Amino acid sequence: MAALAVQDLAVDFGGVAALAGVTFEVRPGTITSLIGPNGAGKTTAFNAITGYLRPRRGRVTFDGRPLTGLRPCDVAGHGVVRTFQKTSVFPALSVRDNVMIGLHLRGRSGLLAILAGRRAVAREEVQLAGDADGIIAFVGLEHRRDAIASALPYGEQRLVEVAVALAARPRLLLLDEPAAGMTGSEKDRLIELVRRVRGQGVTVFLVEHDMRLVMGVSETVIVLNHGRVIAEGPPAAIQAHPDVIRAYLGSARAQA
Amino acid sequence: MNRALAALAALALLTLPFWLASAYHLHVVIMAGIFTILALSLNVLLGYTGQLSLGHAAFFGIGAYTSSLLALKLEWSFWLGLPAAAVAAGLAGWAIGRLALKLRGAYFVLVTISFAGVISLVSVNWMELTNGPLGLPGVPAPELPGLSFRTKPAYYYLVLLAAAGAYLVCHRLVHSRVGRAFLALRENEALAESVGVDPTRTLVVAAVVSAALAGVAGSLYAHYTRFVSPEVFLFSYTVTMVIMVVAGGKGTLAGPVVGAVLFTVLPEALREAMPWQWQMLAYGVLLVLLVFFLPRGIVPALQAWRR
Amino acid sequence: MNGLVLGGTYALLGIGLTLIFGLMNLVNFAHGEFYTLGAYATFAALALGGLNFFAAVAAAIVVGAVAGALCERVLLRPLRGESIDTTMLVMIGLWIALQNAELLGWGGVAKSIPHPFPTAPIVLGPVGIAPLRLFVVVTALALIAASWLLIQRTRLGCAMRATFQDRETAALMGVRIGRIHTATFAFGSGLAAAAGALLGPIFLAYPSMGDLAALKAFSVVILGGLGNLPGATLGGLLLGIAEELGAGYVSSGYRDAVGFVIIILVLLLRPSGLFARSERIG
Repeated sequence: MAALAVQDLAVDFGGVAALAGVTFEVRPGTITSLIGPNGAGKTTAFNAITGYLRPRRGRVTFDGRPLTGLRPCDVAGHGVVRTFQKTSVFPALSVRDNVMIGLHLRGRSGLLAILAGRRAVAREEVQLAGDADGIIAFVGLEHRRDAIASALPYGEQRLVEVAVALAARPRLLLLDEPAAGMTGSEKDRLIELVRRVRGQGVTVFLVEHDMRLVMGVSETVIVLNHGRVIAEGPPAAIQAHPDVIRAYLGSARAQA
Repeated sequence: MNRALAALAALALLTLPFWLASAYHLHVVIMAGIFTILALSLNVLLGYTGQLSLGHAAFFGIGAYTSSLLALKLEWSFWLGLPAAAVAAGLAGWAIGRLALKLRGAYFVLVTISFAGVISLVSVNWMELTNGPLGLPGVPAPELPGLSFRTKPAYYYLVLLAAAGAYLVCHRLVHSRVGRAFLALRENEALAESVGVDPTRTLVVAAVVSAALAGVAGSLYAHYTRFVSPEVFLFSYTVTMVIMVVAGGKGTLAGPVVGAVLFTVLPEALREAMPWQWQMLAYGVLLVLLVFFLPRGIVPALQAWRR
Repeated sequence: MNGLVLGGTYALLGIGLTLIFGLMNLVNFAHGEFYTLGAYATFAALALGGLNFFAAVAAAIVVGAVAGALCERVLLRPLRGESIDTTMLVMIGLWIALQNAELLGWGGVAKSIPHPFPTAPIVLGPVGIAPLRLFVVVTALALIAASWLLIQRTRLGCAMRATFQDRETAALMGVRIGRIHTATFAFGSGLAAAAGALLGPIFLAYPSMGDLAALKAFSVVILGGLGNLPGATLGGLLLGIAEELGAGYVSSGYRDAVGFVIIILVLLLRPSGLFARSERIG
């Protein structure tokens, strides 16, 4: 099993410290949430962990292997896959093709084998198609398998995103605001899906604003504010934590 | 596509020299075949990975010159020259592919144009190698023991085989994980990366395959006309290719074929009625109209209309 | 000296293009055609309109600007939200159409544009320069200066800079983005036409003259950095001088390669341009 270890991670945006040196750990096999007021640095942390942003300093390791400085595609190769805050699918492709792309790393066929039309390539394609169907069923989208991704309703598109990410066989799945814009029943389905994913042995690390969802599904909650970790612990402790309350009230007051 | 229709078309293609015997018509068909390969090659970059390369004539020309020079100066056989042309063009494609990583969109277009411009100028000015604007005449036609490809019907079959091969290559590529990686980069690069698609590797592969195919077309062209000159680098070839792909339908397999045939046959058919400048003018207007009214091209429009 | 003549006009081309490219995110492949239009308009004004030389040049600039505005309204405005590929294809279509229209309209034989200057060179210190070329340099520099003033000092220029830096905020502040686009494109095309009107009498006017000019313009834009006016100015002058030196020392056949090579090298090594300090207009 693997753990994500983040040490003193700092990211700057044009002189402003979006992350001012955060340190935390995500224990293997858990569902951990990252919360904080708007602008606290949550998505920045995701971006830095998965290689979309280069940190000014700090280290990120997964299962003991360093992730800092790797490109996103290599991070994925290590078993760390993330989803995006804004709906991110391959719009013009079918749901099945979307998931097939997620299976990219599971295929082995090289260019020459493909061009030569070798039988092994065809066999692999059949197998990958079967895998794709399995994942689509896992997230509950069998009835949408051949639909074009951009034509799906919002909630289902977000399920496609999860399916694509799962296809890459992550050992650590980072979900960036997966419940944003979902209805109540869609969120319940999501919670159930997250639990099933964890049941498959995948560690889940998610950023979310919906407190009910966060407190309901997580074992550990990490709180960020102004680019720093201000609290870390089980949901009950976090809900009662004075610094956390102050951070949220403070931001509410600032917005008022 | 309807099985019977496909079989009929295949039969027609296989027996073509027997029912379309005029040398002129065969010439048009051969050119259509060569341009089909070119259009398919450009489609790999433009249609599938979404990168507009306006220097594709450079790969065409590199293929033509490589094959010709090897035949003329080193007396290599065409059957070695063709793969060599593909390799040479593929190398150039590799270089462009690596460049594409750092630059996208408009900058990539400019680099491809500049690359083609430089190669063109080199071919004009490097007299010792290329004989400059005078060109290299006497490029030998391909030969097999007992069979010369000097005649049009024979060359037609050669081109038919090559075009079918190019189509097969593209078909296999598109329906593979590599082809899906192309599409992924085009549709949503950040997402593609998050599941392990390597943009570097993928773009380079696309560029190499695309360039190599164009190089093959170039070699076929040179050994058909038996003459090669810097004219192969003419921007009008690139423009024609772009129109073929865009009008036919970028990102589809049938699109470039339709586009190539259409825009080889059409100019010839209209040649009597419309001098060349009027045709080019029409192309310009057509391109604008296409963008406005048929942005995805003819083949997708037909497919949508059928539904 | 000839380097300055070319350089000044390249700068004009470059300034126009960098504004269009930078502000509208548009690869204007038709830029060269406005250059050609400028030359032919001058010719037409002289031969058919009977205007004097200076008025003809001025008229050509106006024609270029108006044509630019028209193109923007008709072709580009409807495609505003589209990807850069789409707009590129439209501009390529426009380029082909315009060039062949000119071919059909004026014929393929180059036209010589008469000018009123004596041919005997004026001697300025160690160098002699033909009066026509001196006029070109002076006018080009004047136009460049006028452009700078426009961008820096006028409300329009200010609006243009604002749109370049942050389109959404500018729109929120009341800048009419559509008008700015039209103005930018018209301005850029007018400058291109000016370059054509100035170089036409020196080099003859023929339909494909715009192709090479456009490439040079792109080199200048890349050298100077997108949207960077002083960069484009310096870049243009540099390119002109570099070409003259290149032609002299290397080989005149490869003269045009200088532009291409610059594009490739700069994009490989310093994509933001040699003179870019930050991404801004002016």
